[in-house]
Amino acid sequence: MAHIQLKNISKTFGNHTALTGLDLDIADGEFFVLLGETGAGKTTTLRLIAGLEKPSEGQVFIDGVDVADWGAAERDVALVLQQYSLYPRYTVRENLEFPLKPKIRRLPDAEIKDRVDRAARTLRIEHLLDRKTDRLSGGEMQRVSIGRAIVRKPRVFLMDEPLSALDAKLREALRTELKNLQMQLGATFLFVTHDQIEAMSMGDKVGVLNHGRIVQTGTPHEIYNNPRDTYVASFVGSPPMNLIDGKLVNGRAVMAPLNFELPFSGGAKASGATDGRPLVFGVRPEDVYLESGAPVEARVHDVENHGVEKILTLRVGDATLRATVPARTDVAIEQAVRFAWNPDKVVLFDKGSGVSLRHVG
Amino acid sequence: MATTMITTLDRSSRAAARGLSDISIRNLFIIPTVLFLIVFNIFPLIYSLGYSFTDFRASTNAPANFVGLQNYRDLLNDPYVWSNFAITAKYVIISVAGQLLVGFGVAMLLNRDIPMKGLLTTLLLLPMMLSMAVVGLFWKLLYDPSFGIINYALGLGTFEWLSDPKMALYAVALTDIWMWSPFVMLLSLAGLSAVPKHLYEAAAIDRAGPFYTFFRITLPLVAPILMIAVIFRTMEAFKTFDLAYILTSQPTAELISIRLYKMAFQEWQTGRSCALAYIVLIMVLAITNIYVKYLNKVKER
Ligand SMILES: Nc1ncnc2c1ncn2[C@@H]1O[C@H](COP(=O)(O)OP(=O)(O)OP(=O)(O)O)[C@@H](O)[C@H]1O
Ligand SMILES: [Mg+2]
Repeated sequence: MAHIQLKNISKTFGNHTALTGLDLDIADGEFFVLLGETGAGKTTTLRLIAGLEKPSEGQVFIDGVDVADWGAAERDVALVLQQYSLYPRYTVRENLEFPLKPKIRRLPDAEIKDRVDRAARTLRIEHLLDRKTDRLSGGEMQRVSIGRAIVRKPRVFLMDEPLSALDAKLREALRTELKNLQMQLGATFLFVTHDQIEAMSMGDKVGVLNHGRIVQTGTPHEIYNNPRDTYVASFVGSPPMNLIDGKLVNGRAVMAPLNFELPFSGGAKASGATDGRPLVFGVRPEDVYLESGAPVEARVHDVENHGVEKILTLRVGDATLRATVPARTDVAIEQAVRFAWNPDKVVLFDKGSGVSLRHVG
Repeated sequence: MATTMITTLDRSSRAAARGLSDISIRNLFIIPTVLFLIVFNIFPLIYSLGYSFTDFRASTNAPANFVGLQNYRDLLNDPYVWSNFAITAKYVIISVAGQLLVGFGVAMLLNRDIPMKGLLTTLLLLPMMLSMAVVGLFWKLLYDPSFGIINYALGLGTFEWLSDPKMALYAVALTDIWMWSPFVMLLSLAGLSAVPKHLYEAAAIDRAGPFYTFFRITLPLVAPILMIAVIFRTMEAFKTFDLAYILTSQPTAELISIRLYKMAFQEWQTGRSCALAYIVLIMVLAITNIYVKYLNKVKER
């Protein structure tokens, strides 16, 4: 339906810079997730695409056309605003009908009813259709506001944290529903969230936003396994990637302040990983394993039981690192254990810039 | 119920140190006001109700005779009084409708980002702050047939705004619209700025046109506060005296309160004028009540 491009977008509010040099390319029919902390500029990006805000610099293209002079209506986007924005004094049904009713593009009544009922079913708000919107709970309001977007057939769906007010079960259900909807319609989706699990599970592509800059875009797999820098590494994943300072000496990773060593084989893959260069070693908790003959000794600092697995916090010297182990692993707090890592999965970051050596080239 | 609302006194406060309880502080504030209201409002109200059943004349020493409902019967059968009511109704409708249109219109214009908005709003509010008598005298000069600026500007020669039987009432209403539109504007502005901006954004995203947005979002949200403006202005317009009295003496512009004034202080029919005052009071109350009922309905929607 539409191909969205942002080119070198900057946005300042007064003397506060919300976005800097942002480039984004969302392919037609793609489910793109914009992931970032609070205040990163996610909402601002959406509003720029929707035409509610003008960029201070740079251009927005929809299907290759520069839309600088187009208003929100002409851009034909559906936007789920973060603050729900339901029309007060109207019922849920009237809210859902609102976008279908303006005279110029009024649909036949049967079609309106059909679309509203379908959206209500998808979002599980059929029983609320005749309720006034000021008598809804937060989660219900949020679903009505998604509903107002999905009754339409716009060129792009923009959704600003649309699932944040829902409980875990409903959120999971709606994730699937939205994803199905997107595939059925073949629609372009730009979905904003601060929840990395949501981003990983829903996105065809994920863009990580940090302080108004896109740090990395890629498939969830790339973002997870090959983070561009230490920010992405520590933001994505739960628990996040372990980041340990150290350097390479003769094919072994030597952790400088912590005084332990681990074998490292992947060094050949990353150019620039010369001996002695200050580095940060990144390893996912699931790539850290316990073994009786393993090279490093640590103490168990904390155990979190997650049912299928346990997340251990290991203490080496005065630093800690996390390891995900099968639930049947029998450990007690303060017990001495030995651990190793999967050397193929270790990511090297430059100590100074924090950028992954694989991405530097 | 009332006492549960009163919080317990902070033991260390100065009032406590002087041995004042919360209840006595409350009484200290309320009793003078209540006394004032009773002496200057409630007492004359009841006293005049008494007079309205007599043939009392304040200009003579003759004792007042009780005549029962005679005054009311006479007044309600008097075609002249009814014509005064008709004139008043016409005046109220023209003046309130005019104020509503002008006031709300100007508020719509002001409710956006324009330079010097604060200054502009303040200047527009000035007419409302003048005294009625001053406005009356001032507009009398503006309307003057031979040297008034209105005739000059409109090129109307010596058209007699205030002495023309057909025009006089409209001229008074126009002055009232000039003076009180700012009031409606002020309330509308408060109502308009209370409409959350994101609703307009949502409507723009939903591709609603300006009319659709106005009638489906702006108007329903501003309606209650507009109703309040209408209630205030209707009550005031119904009671208009000074403006009309100063501007014109045309019988076609004789509002009910002018009739009342003449009856009371020129013809000295004190008892009968008290009765008329009560009829006016009941009418105003009735109209206000209808409005308030409607307002509550609008709010519920
Ligand atoms: N209208 C505005 N005026 C001034 N500053 C603004 C405005 N809108 C946003 N900002 C600032 O721009 C930055 C980015 O805001 P934005 O709303 O895009 O964040 P976000 O990523 O959506 O955060 P959240 O997850 O909390 O919604 C913030 O620092 C915010 O304070
Ligand atoms: Mg936001």
